[in-house]
Amino acid sequence: MQWEIVIGLEVHAQLSTQSKIFCGASTAFGAEPNTQADAVSLALPGVLPVLNKGAVERAIKFGLATGAHIAPRSVFARKNYFYPDLPKGYQISQFELPVVGQGALTIQVAPLSGNAKPYEKTVRITRAHLEEDAGKSLHGDFHGMTGIDLNRAGTPLLEIVSEPDMRSAAEAVAYAKALHTLVRWIGICDGNMQEGSFRCDVNVSVRRPGEPLGTRREIKNLNSFKFMQQAIDYEVQWQIDTIENGGQVQQATILFNPDTGETRAMRTKEDAHDYRYFPDPDLLPLEISPEWIEQMRATLPELPQAKQARYVNELGLSAYDASVLTTSREMADFFETVLAAVPKDAKTCANWIMGELNAQLNRDGLDMAQCPISAQQLGSMLARIVDGTISNSGAKEVFRTMWAEGGEVDAIIDAKGLKQVSDSGAIEKIVDEVMAANANKVAEYRSGKDKLFGFFVGQAMKASKGQANPAQLNEVLKQKLAG
Amino acid sequence: MFESSLKQLGDALRAKKISSVELTQSYLDRMAQLNPQLNAYITINPETSLAQAKAADARLAAGSADALTGIPIAQKDIFCAKDWLTTCGSRMLHNFVSPYDAHIISQFNNAGAINLGKTNMDEFAMGSSNETSYYGAVKNPWDTQRVPGGSSGGTAAAVAARLCAAATGTDTGGSIRQPAALCGISGLKPTYGVCSRYGMIAFASSLDQAGPMGRSAEDLALMMNVMAGFDERDSTSLQRDKEDYTRDLNKPLTGLRIGLPKEFFAEGMGADVAKAIEAAIAEYKKLGATIVDISLPNSKLSVPVYYVLAPAEASSNLSRFDGVRYGYRAPEYSDLADMYEKSRAQGFGAEVQRRIMIGTYVLSHGYYDAYYIKAQKIRRLIAQDFVEAYKQCDVIMGPTSPSTAFKLGEKGDDPVQMYLSDIYTIAVNLAGLPGMSIPCGFGDNNMPVGLQIIGNYFDEARMLNVAHQFQLATDWHSRAPQL
Repeated sequence: MQWEIVIGLEVHAQLSTQSKIFCGASTAFGAEPNTQADAVSLALPGVLPVLNKGAVERAIKFGLATGAHIAPRSVFARKNYFYPDLPKGYQISQFELPVVGQGALTIQVAPLSGNAKPYEKTVRITRAHLEEDAGKSLHGDFHGMTGIDLNRAGTPLLEIVSEPDMRSAAEAVAYAKALHTLVRWIGICDGNMQEGSFRCDVNVSVRRPGEPLGTRREIKNLNSFKFMQQAIDYEVQWQIDTIENGGQVQQATILFNPDTGETRAMRTKEDAHDYRYFPDPDLLPLEISPEWIEQMRATLPELPQAKQARYVNELGLSAYDASVLTTSREMADFFETVLAAVPKDAKTCANWIMGELNAQLNRDGLDMAQCPISAQQLGSMLARIVDGTISNSGAKEVFRTMWAEGGEVDAIIDAKGLKQVSDSGAIEKIVDEVMAANANKVAEYRSGKDKLFGFFVGQAMKASKGQANPAQLNEVLKQKLAG
Repeated sequence: MFESSLKQLGDALRAKKISSVELTQSYLDRMAQLNPQLNAYITINPETSLAQAKAADARLAAGSADALTGIPIAQKDIFCAKDWLTTCGSRMLHNFVSPYDAHIISQFNNAGAINLGKTNMDEFAMGSSNETSYYGAVKNPWDTQRVPGGSSGGTAAAVAARLCAAATGTDTGGSIRQPAALCGISGLKPTYGVCSRYGMIAFASSLDQAGPMGRSAEDLALMMNVMAGFDERDSTSLQRDKEDYTRDLNKPLTGLRIGLPKEFFAEGMGADVAKAIEAAIAEYKKLGATIVDISLPNSKLSVPVYYVLAPAEASSNLSRFDGVRYGYRAPEYSDLADMYEKSRAQGFGAEVQRRIMIGTYVLSHGYYDAYYIKAQKIRRLIAQDFVEAYKQCDVIMGPTSPSTAFKLGEKGDDPVQMYLSDIYTIAVNLAGLPGMSIPCGFGDNNMPVGLQIIGNYFDEARMLNVAHQFQLATDWHSRAPQL
């Protein structure tokens, strides 16, 4: 019998403010423990929180980028629980009235197996709210004791909660990636997953199609897309096995162990906290005026979805190409700069960027920002392909040279003698010579052996030392062989 | 000298009739002599105080003195003061030396006032008799068998016994006004938001407000000029123009409409208190005021509402006292939960624990709506009563406390009887209004009676005027206990 997988995500995106959400201490990563813990971070007696406007601005941007309702009035609440790295004994979060209401994100899903085609899906976002991060407990550094580092305590987070709209690990990963792209795109989060700037909690359940939602288990704190994939695959199979073996899934919070590839329960519903949420009396309700929202809207760049639509509708690219070219703002900017050099050849630009350039980046372990070839250089090179100066294989030579040594496109073409022969007289002469030297093959061709056309192209190209303009050569050959 | 007003002391200092060092030393000598029997102070640092006095003398000599420069002021031990032990009356903070100054402390430091010491108080300001202090009960200077009231009992006793020129208190449900009444001094709780709460150890954040306690309304006005004002570190601090609280002191009271709430004069008030209050009202009539009968129908609910809301906030505010980062930690424990439990069980006294438990209960899942939400609704009704009342009158008057000072230990076994000590003061905090208490006579056993004056929002200057005119016509405020 079939099982349907149901997945919802809670993503914690660390907002890229310089200072913490409720005090002036720095948010920089990697400082010596507790050197960024001021009186408020330490929760000394008597200290009070003051909201960082920059965190609110980033939340507004996110809301606008996902077409969400921005609450004109939202409320900070205290989530009460004891833990050594939670200095106040409560976390300031938002509960009943979050700053960002319902929104949505449209994603491109590339199925992980088989020959299924990529497809588009819209994932509904339930809400996004502002909250502060906790500190860190350091278990390994002290014998028999736990160290507490409060540098991270009070770092601003946007918790983005999706509806349980995803039906496969592939969809969950595609959504997480799209969200990851978006928050970096609009400049609200650096997206550094190793440093914990973008953390995913994944709620997974299974059910028979058409039945009510099954009991979910929440996989906490996944900090890589690969682990997310593995954790979901393992968890789904575990839940199916449990039910098929006559068991029941109990609501639980679970952890994924990347070393074993397994999930295990951390706590069950029975020992769930009663967080005793109530509005924080130290903070006034957060009021956001329509003017403030419009100011933020004016700072937003063209969003990935809008770009994708434009690339498909105006440039004639496939949805897949458009989504790859918008995986980051750097990528899209690179593409658009290349395109400026050859405005009518978007597909050529896309092919080169997604093919040769991407492959080289991967081989050398570089990201777009470190690319040794500038978008201008690539654009000039493509212009030389389009105007017939160089062939595709010549272009590859130019590309390799630029990658390894840099240099200007036309200079490389000259130095390497890559300019193709486009002189029709010269090409005709070559074709004539080839045909003369292979008279019997010409006869065979003319008697119907069309396949020999490739042979003549090869011979002629060889005779031109690879420099004949292939399109022109084809044209001439076709005419002359026709007799 | 100990009977001089703040204005007289300031004039004498500026005229070099006395130095701040001499004045401060005189108070320190008197404290050394009398504090042991009263226990009004928790911490005295003569060297620190005298060093401040020396600096104040330099400022006086330079001619850059403010109204309070060089004047010895006592600070309730709820205010964090840099390098001072700041206990909040609790064992939990028996070793907490604050690394920073509360806003109020900074204001006094900037004014050049001398910090004469930290006054005793009910533990975490929870109490109406000053008997819950870990540092021992404070004795009423009028009768050392009796309580001074609370929670600002140390401050009230110190002012009444002339162990400081004036002092600070805080008022969450009556903690300035009730001890002022029981010790025969003047005290003002300003409108919520007028004095910054930054650095004032939180009891119930939405109710807590700092205010001055002194021997006359005129002294309170000078204190308010230092204490009031916007502070960006407190999100509930109100951004208003700076006021001179002395500006209206000398206005005549002709035409003043005094509202007498019938609920305050019903059963419950002692006959001796009633007699003194009636005499005071008669005096106001002589001063040109007219009397209006008003009603505050919901005020009878203020005690139960308060004992839901204040403990709810307190249970969360006091979570930071967990033995992890500062303050008391149990010497022996088996694991983390045991450390929390033992540290808090040993660090907090019985009344604090009772309120933490009440607060935790009312915020719990399933009880929140029935208690917390309902109490918030009634709180709004109570505030609305005052809005209606102020359509008919300018100030409201009544008793501060239903009885004069009771005996030490008298109400110790009955928390509800103790809670009823604040029956006339709590509604003012729930509404966020300013309220004050001034001495208006003596009751049975020759113990002082306080008249409560409740003003409309931001009407402190008018209230001080109303109190000052009474004090020009009577001498209750200048009576001193025999010690």
